[in-house]
Amino acid sequence: MSELTDLPDDALLERLQRGAFDYFAACTNVQNGLVADTSRPASPCSIAVVGFALSCYPIAVERGWLTRAAAASITRTTLEFFRGSAQSDRPDATGYRGFYYHFLDMQHGARVWNCELSLIDTALLLAGMLVSATYFDGDGIEAEIRATADALYRRVDWPWALNGHDTLAQGWRPEGGFLHYGWEGYNEATILYILAIASPTHPLPQSSFANWTCTYQWENLLGVDVLYSGPLFTHLFSHAWIDFRGVQDRFMRETASDYFKNTQSAIALQREYAWRNPHGYAGYGRNLWGITAGDGPDIREHGPDRRDRRFFGYMSRGVPYGPDDGTIAPWAMLATAPFGIDAALAGTRHLLGKYPQVCANDRFSSGFNPTLRAGGTAWLSEGWYGLDQGLLTMMIENYRSNLIWDITRRSPTLRTGLQRAGFDGAWLASPSTT
Amino acid sequence: MAGKPLYDLIVLGAGPAGLEAARTARRLGLRVALVERSRLGGNSLNTGSVPSKSIIRSGRALEAIIDGYGHGISASIAPTADIGAVMTRMRRIRARIAEYHSAQRLDELGVDLFVGSAHFDGARSIRIGATSLTFKKAIIATGARPRTSDIPGLQATGYLTSETIFDITELPKRLAVIGGGPLGCELAQAFSQLGSWVTILQDGPKFLPNEERDAAELLSMSLARCGVETRLNTPVVHARAENGKKMIDVTNSGAKFSIAVDEILLSVGRVPNTEDLNLVTAGIKVDAHRRIEVDDFFRSTNPNVSAAGDACMPHKYTNVAQASARLAVLNACAGESNRLSRLTPPWCTYCDPEIAHIGLHAVDARRRSIPIKSFTIMMQDVDRAIIDGCDAGFVKIHVKEGTDEILGATIVGSRAGELINELSVIMSAGMGMRRLADVLHAYPSQSDAIRLAAIAFRDHAPTPQAR
Repeated sequence: MSELTDLPDDALLERLQRGAFDYFAACTNVQNGLVADTSRPASPCSIAVVGFALSCYPIAVERGWLTRAAAASITRTTLEFFRGSAQSDRPDATGYRGFYYHFLDMQHGARVWNCELSLIDTALLLAGMLVSATYFDGDGIEAEIRATADALYRRVDWPWALNGHDTLAQGWRPEGGFLHYGWEGYNEATILYILAIASPTHPLPQSSFANWTCTYQWENLLGVDVLYSGPLFTHLFSHAWIDFRGVQDRFMRETASDYFKNTQSAIALQREYAWRNPHGYAGYGRNLWGITAGDGPDIREHGPDRRDRRFFGYMSRGVPYGPDDGTIAPWAMLATAPFGIDAALAGTRHLLGKYPQVCANDRFSSGFNPTLRAGGTAWLSEGWYGLDQGLLTMMIENYRSNLIWDITRRSPTLRTGLQRAGFDGAWLASPSTT
Repeated sequence: MAGKPLYDLIVLGAGPAGLEAARTARRLGLRVALVERSRLGGNSLNTGSVPSKSIIRSGRALEAIIDGYGHGISASIAPTADIGAVMTRMRRIRARIAEYHSAQRLDELGVDLFVGSAHFDGARSIRIGATSLTFKKAIIATGARPRTSDIPGLQATGYLTSETIFDITELPKRLAVIGGGPLGCELAQAFSQLGSWVTILQDGPKFLPNEERDAAELLSMSLARCGVETRLNTPVVHARAENGKKMIDVTNSGAKFSIAVDEILLSVGRVPNTEDLNLVTAGIKVDAHRRIEVDDFFRSTNPNVSAAGDACMPHKYTNVAQASARLAVLNACAGESNRLSRLTPPWCTYCDPEIAHIGLHAVDARRRSIPIKSFTIMMQDVDRAIIDGCDAGFVKIHVKEGTDEILGATIVGSRAGELINELSVIMSAGMGMRRLADVLHAYPSQSDAIRLAAIAFRDHAPTPQAR
């Protein structure tokens, strides 16, 4: 049994939060602030992970893991890199029209893997910059941070990314133009629309948010009323930055719910699904769940009859419609701490007790599949993924102190975006306090 | 110049819509002429639903043998498909069903059958070769045919359509299906089950774009398990013959690559057969899709000419064709006022699992500001589906919020095409979820999922509210 399970709750949270945050110390290029997508050799930078890192630096300051000066320094370095990097339609640029490519070279910041100019990942990066600009409220270097973050946000040409449609495209490639993946229904894009609508320079029309929410599915699934989205992370990403408790848009007013309660419902759905365990996967239960995007075993070979494609590799898994191949994300249960600490801790303790290998160096792996065993060992993702560690660090902090939510409540940009999207109530109804 | 009208009703086209129109008119005691330029039964019988579902059935039969291994059944020889025998079976089935639509039966019914291409030569007259017929009323039911493509090189390379694929004598080892619509997916899966290596090439971002995303994604996963490779956002830019193979050049996000196959099935939709009818002479307009423009009572812009079926409807399904034809005749000839907008047809894509739908989609309701909530039962929670080993899918019933009124439903499952008919009856009868929850269903049955959805509604809406 892992020694972690012997710790009291507060100490366990401290250990696991610190372990998650230390990913950034291990995987950041301090020369430019870029953070690796994964801890694996030669991993490129993921701009979304940079957004999480920027959001986590204030946490580290408040927790005493970084000095404020050190946090401000790496934050400024990061922002300066994005301000100075190439913005053009060249295929090796860092970004275009204020957006950024999903994956960048860790040293030079050039686009790699012919990846897409990613809207959602740009939004997560900008959300991190927003946290920086709000948290660092002093003079000198902190004033520079605010000015640079503001300039980077203002230059994003959001309406261009509509590509003539009612809702945002998912990306763009210099080789082939806009990408439309049929990105319908509720998902992690709330923060994207909020930021895009709030822009003082290139705002999206307010109707774009309503056009997107038109594709929502309000369902009763496995006995749970929920605004459906299958993968768990989609119920967490925007929430890492925005405190949705009590604030409602039109959809939530009509359904007498809010997005915070909805995430609680999504958690209930995950637990119910794992308990029913329709495919009979090993380990699943009310205290072992977390079906979401992440790494997983990749077995796609077909036999002579082209069958038996059962394991999907890195994929967005979800419930109850699937895909589900028995892979859970070990970090996911704890990342739901703000929405219900009892379920989050019960699941995490159960996981650590039964499968301690999922958490090496106090840091959770991206994926774990106890159904797929080789040589008596259950499949486990190698190394760590930055998205997982950043989300977990932020969510534990939001549970422990509300720090990120308190910061973003003070952000005029987020308030404006939420109000333009039709949100009101709770803290949004009160004047901003500093 | 037309003299005294010769016929009470002339029907152009003897497919499902035309045959239904003729029969309905005869039941009214009218004098009816039916004109067909090809085979009786139309696309549905000859090159559509009947042959495709026959092939699909053969594919499923082979699949069932393989699945039998998981049910404790073993066979000493690995099953294979004999494509010749599969096609022979299909033709036998087609011939049997064709007997119901034979010229002899039409003659016995009192319908005058004319064979040839017809066109209007006046507002109330048509011409078939040298024969001119006049009418009091006419129904255009000329159906639709597979849409062609202007992909460079495709014509010269050669391709199959849903009209020609049933003539093949050899199973293609590698088959590319251009188009990710219902028929393309059905045939892709069927040929995969029969032994072909199948790749679906869809230029758009969505697989089965007219279905709900959960349903389409479930089927997408099922196709993948069958070995069908689906490539979205992958337009075909060129086709060519090379060393006895057919090479398809495609692009995806700017990347260009080629796929080598033995046959190409083009399945990119259907176009109405309206261009040879000389519609202008009769004052009949078509829309941008070349469909006959009709009002809510099936009337064209010529008040004496109506239309039905694929020639005018966006939903090109046999049941819609038949229903629209019957109502169009009753409106035109019996003084009724049946509305097109009141038609609520169920439809089904016959893959495995099947996807069936009726009524509103959730997104349509929300776009019309109708508050809607969906009650979903997963087949993996339905005893009969578990017993049958067919637990992929769900029953999802869309209900107007604050009421128990059923607005629509989507079913994914091995028997979805059958189950959706229960929803059709329920909706037609105006039955709400509360009453449905009390309707006994046989146990165990897959249709019990419908009752379970109603029980989920009742459990979450304990207080009756007025509509």
